[in-house]
Amino acid sequence: MMFCGTEDPFGQLGTAVLAVLPLSFLCTGRAWGAEKPLARHANLSLSFFSSSVSHSQITRLYSRFTSLDKGENGTLSREDFQRIPELAINPLGDRIINAFFPEGEDQVNFRGFMRTLAHFRPIEDNEKSKDQNGPEPLNSRSNKLHFAFRLYDLDKDDKISRDELLQVLRMMVGVNISDEQLGSIADRTIQEADQDGDSAISFAEFVKVLEKVDVEQKMSIRFLH
Amino acid sequence: MFILLPFDSLVVNLLGISITVLFTLLLVFIIVPAIFGVSFGIRKVYMKTLLKIFQWATLRIERGAKEKNHLLYKPYVNGIIAKEPTSLEEEIKEIRRSGSGKALDTPEFELSDIFYFCRKGIETIMDDEVTKRFSAEELESWNLLSRTNYNFQYISLRLTVLWGLGVLIRYCFLLPLRIALAFTGISLLVTGTTVVGYLPNGRCKDFLSKHVHLMCYRICVRALTAIITYHDRENRPRNGGICVANHTSPIDVIVLASDGYYAMVGQIHGGLMGVIQRAMVKACPHVWFERSEVKDRHLVARRLTEHVQDKSKLPILIFPEGTCINNTSVMMFKKGSFEIGATVYPVAIKYDPQFGDAFWNSSKYGMVTYLLRMMTSWAIVCSVWYLPPMTRQPEEDAVQFANRVKSAIARQGGLVDLLWDGGLKREKVKDAFKEEQQKLYSKMIVGSHEDRSRS
Repeated sequence: MMFCGTEDPFGQLGTAVLAVLPLSFLCTGRAWGAEKPLARHANLSLSFFSSSVSHSQITRLYSRFTSLDKGENGTLSREDFQRIPELAINPLGDRIINAFFPEGEDQVNFRGFMRTLAHFRPIEDNEKSKDQNGPEPLNSRSNKLHFAFRLYDLDKDDKISRDELLQVLRMMVGVNISDEQLGSIADRTIQEADQDGDSAISFAEFVKVLEKVDVEQKMSIRFLH
Repeated sequence: MFILLPFDSLVVNLLGISITVLFTLLLVFIIVPAIFGVSFGIRKVYMKTLLKIFQWATLRIERGAKEKNHLLYKPYVNGIIAKEPTSLEEEIKEIRRSGSGKALDTPEFELSDIFYFCRKGIETIMDDEVTKRFSAEELESWNLLSRTNYNFQYISLRLTVLWGLGVLIRYCFLLPLRIALAFTGISLLVTGTTVVGYLPNGRCKDFLSKHVHLMCYRICVRALTAIITYHDRENRPRNGGICVANHTSPIDVIVLASDGYYAMVGQIHGGLMGVIQRAMVKACPHVWFERSEVKDRHLVARRLTEHVQDKSKLPILIFPEGTCINNTSVMMFKKGSFEIGATVYPVAIKYDPQFGDAFWNSSKYGMVTYLLRMMTSWAIVCSVWYLPPMTRQPEEDAVQFANRVKSAIARQGGLVDLLWDGGLKREKVKDAFKEEQQKLYSKMIVGSHEDRSRS
C-alpha cells in the first residue's frame, strides 16, 4: 500500500485507520435497525373494531403478523400459516386457514387478518345494547356461529350437505373410524337437526341445534393485557 | 486516493499514537491475564456502569411517553392471550355440557365439537409456543442499541446524545479492539495447536495442548467481552463423560471451553472454520465428521461410543437440540447422545439479553454478520450452571432419559421446557402428531374398542 507524503509510522497508521473506518461503518450498517416494525408504520383503519380494542392489542397483533410474514411483502400466504406447528397438527387446520382467505385469493393482508380475528373478540356487556341501527359487529353470537358454520360448509352454498359433513368428520377423525360408522353418525346428525326435510342443515337449523351452547365463551379469545 | 485526504498531518499523527496506545493496553490488560487465567475485574465494573445507564434510559423513555399521553409498547414474554391448559376431552365435554342436558358418558358426535378445534386453531395463529423461539427475545427495557428499540419517537435529546456516544464507543473503540483480540486468539490457536501437534504423544503434549486451548478460548472470551459466571464448578464434566447443554449460538462453545478442556464434536466445514478445526485436531483428539458421514447415525454413534469408552479421553461436548434456540426455552433433545451409555453431565447456559442478545438467527443473519453484531453489542453476559451428573436408569429408555436431562436443565436455567423439536425451524411438523389428535377425538365420538365390545 502506498502512503503519500508522510514518512513517520504514526502518520501512516492514522491514515490507514481513517480510510478503513468509513468502510467498516458501511459493512456493519446492515446490522442496525430494530427487528420488529410497529403498527404506526402501517396505515390502519380498523373501523370494524370499535374503540374497545386498544392500540396496544392491535400493535401486538401487527407484530405477530409481521413475524409470520416470512416473505416480508405485507401479506400472508397459506404456507405462512402452515409453518405454525400447533396449527399444522390441528385436524381442522386447513379449514381454519381457509377462513382467512377471501374467495379465490391466495394472499391476506393485515386488514383481512384482523377482520377474521375480530370474530373472536369477547362480547362486552355494554356492547349488547348500543348501536342497534349500525351493522352487526363481527363478534356477535350470530357471526360467531356463522364462522363455525362456514367451517362445515365446504362449497359455500349456505347448506351443510351429508357429503360435506362426512368430509369434515373424516378430517377430524383421520383413519380411526370406518366409512359406514362415519356415515351413520352423519345421518343421525342431519336427521336430528333437519327441520325442513331437505337432508341438509341450513344456517337457521344450525343455530337452533346450538341454541343452548355458550358460544360467547367458547368462541372468544381474551387478551391478557 | 490518499493524496485526497485533506487532513492535517497532526491529526493523523494523533490517531496513529492513540492506536499504538490502544494496542499496548490490549496486550497488558487483556491478553496477558488471559494467558494466565487471571482477571482484573474490569468487565464487571463495566457491566455495573452499563446497568445504571440502562435504568436511567428506560425511565427517560417512560417519562417521554407519559408526557405525550401514549402507552409504551411493552413486550410480554408470557404470551399475549389467555390460554387454558385443558385437554381435548375436557374442553369438548364442557362444550357439550353447556349445549344439552344429555348423559355425557356416551360417546357421540355433536355439531358444537368444532368450536374446540376452531378456537384452538385461532389461538395458535395469534400466539404459539414454537415459532417465537426462533427469533430474538424482546427486551423489557431499552439497552441503548437501535436494534432493540421499539419506541423510537419517545427519545429525548439527552437520550439521543447518549445513544450517539454509545455508537461511537462501540464502533470506534470496542469494535477494533475486539477484532484485534479475535484475530490474536484465532491465530494463536491455529499456530499453537499445530506446533503442539508435532510433539510425541504423551503427558507433555496433553498438558501443553490443554493450556494452549484454554488460553486461546480465554482470549476469545475477552474478544466478545463475555462476562461469564460459573456456578457449581465441582460438577464439571470428567473424562469419559458427555457434556450436554442448551444451544443458543456458536458462542456457547467458547463459553464452555474457556473453563474446561473438552473434545468437540461436529462437522468439518470449509474455509476459516475448517482451518481451525484441522489445526485443533492435531493437538487433541476432537471428533470431526465429514459432511457425508453426518447422515449416517450408526457411524456417528459408533465413533462417539469408542471415544467415550476410552476413560482417558476428554469429555465430549454435545448440543442435543441440534439447532440454535433463542434462550427462552429448551426444545427436544435428540436421543442419539443419550443412547451411548456414558455418564451425562448437564450444563445450563442462560444469557442476559440486556447487554447483547447472543441468539443466532441463522435464517436471518450469516455467520459474519452475526459476529459483527456480537462485537458491536455492549457485552455478552451469561450464567453457566454445572448440574450433577446423571446416568440412564434401567427402567427408562433413551427418550425418557433425554427428557429428564432436558427438564433438569430447563429448571436450573429458568427456561420453558418444550417437547417440540428444534428442527421445526426449517422443517414441517410430522404427521404423527396430527394423527394423535385425530385418534383422541375419535375416542370421543365412538369410544374405544373396549367400550364398543361391552355394549
